[in-house]
Amino acid sequence: MTKILMDFLNMGGYGFYVWSAYGCMFAFLLSQWFLPWRRWQKYLREQKNKP
Amino acid sequence: MWHLFNSLVSPKKFFGLSNRLLPWLSALFVLTFSYGMLGGLVLAPADYLQGDGFRIIYVHAPCAFLSLFIYAVMATAAVAGIVWRIKLAFLVMRHSAPIGAGFTLLALVTGSLWGKPMWGTWWIWDARLTSELILLFLYIGIMLFQSAMSQKQVGGRATAILVLVGFVDIPIIHYSVYWWNTLHQGSTLKVFAPSAIDSSMLYPLLAMIVAFLTYYAIVLFLRMSYELTALDANHHWIRETR
Repeated sequence: MTKILMDFLNMGGYGFYVWSAYGCMFAFLLSQWFLPWRRWQKYLREQKNKP
Repeated sequence: MWHLFNSLVSPKKFFGLSNRLLPWLSALFVLTFSYGMLGGLVLAPADYLQGDGFRIIYVHAPCAFLSLFIYAVMATAAVAGIVWRIKLAFLVMRHSAPIGAGFTLLALVTGSLWGKPMWGTWWIWDARLTSELILLFLYIGIMLFQSAMSQKQVGGRATAILVLVGFVDIPIIHYSVYWWNTLHQGSTLKVFAPSAIDSSMLYPLLAMIVAFLTYYAIVLFLRMSYELTALDANHHWIRETR
């Protein structure tokens, strides 16, 4: 079981390159979505609290 | 048709539309993205030449495609904004630029991470890579230019002209692998001919492209509805819809 997982993570010796590429993508997708979303939520909260 | 365009520019209508569409788009994104990830990392067999290193294609190719696609959307919006004076068009153009810049940067970074093990170098001044780098500079230039414009209406038109001038780079990027001798491989996906890879490798790639396209739509809607509602005016109806 551990061997299968290690083989998967190793990616036939290309592990570093493959996982860095996928990691960059995840970081980018999360941040591009999260920043406008947080700004939007903040605005909605402010609108609700307005008298 | 004119009425449809005008109604879309109304913040309230656009807000309603994007609110209705966002759950569907998010569901489509989660579906295609998880299938693309699973297919790309697990189901697709290793390449006969590049081994498991080829799996970077599932990140790199969709990013590169999006970097060109978003610029094409911006150019279309620029024409629509200049010719028909649609307010929404400049909004699409303005909010697409940062997303496009991000995808271009990601395409360059992942390409670099792919180039090191396969070509033996992180970077080379070859036609495809250089023209893509110019695209990144164009995006950054457009973003800086529009932030330097204080008047929105004039700024939108001026930025639109800059976008149209920069469009010349798009066909250069696309055809660079055919026009010049380059290290970069040719296109994998072809519209008018069978693709260059097996279907077990192809479907996850198509799924990733669809996922990134929906992602672009989601972020664009989020950004646009924020600007239309929060920045343009203080609308009372927003409290009623929540």
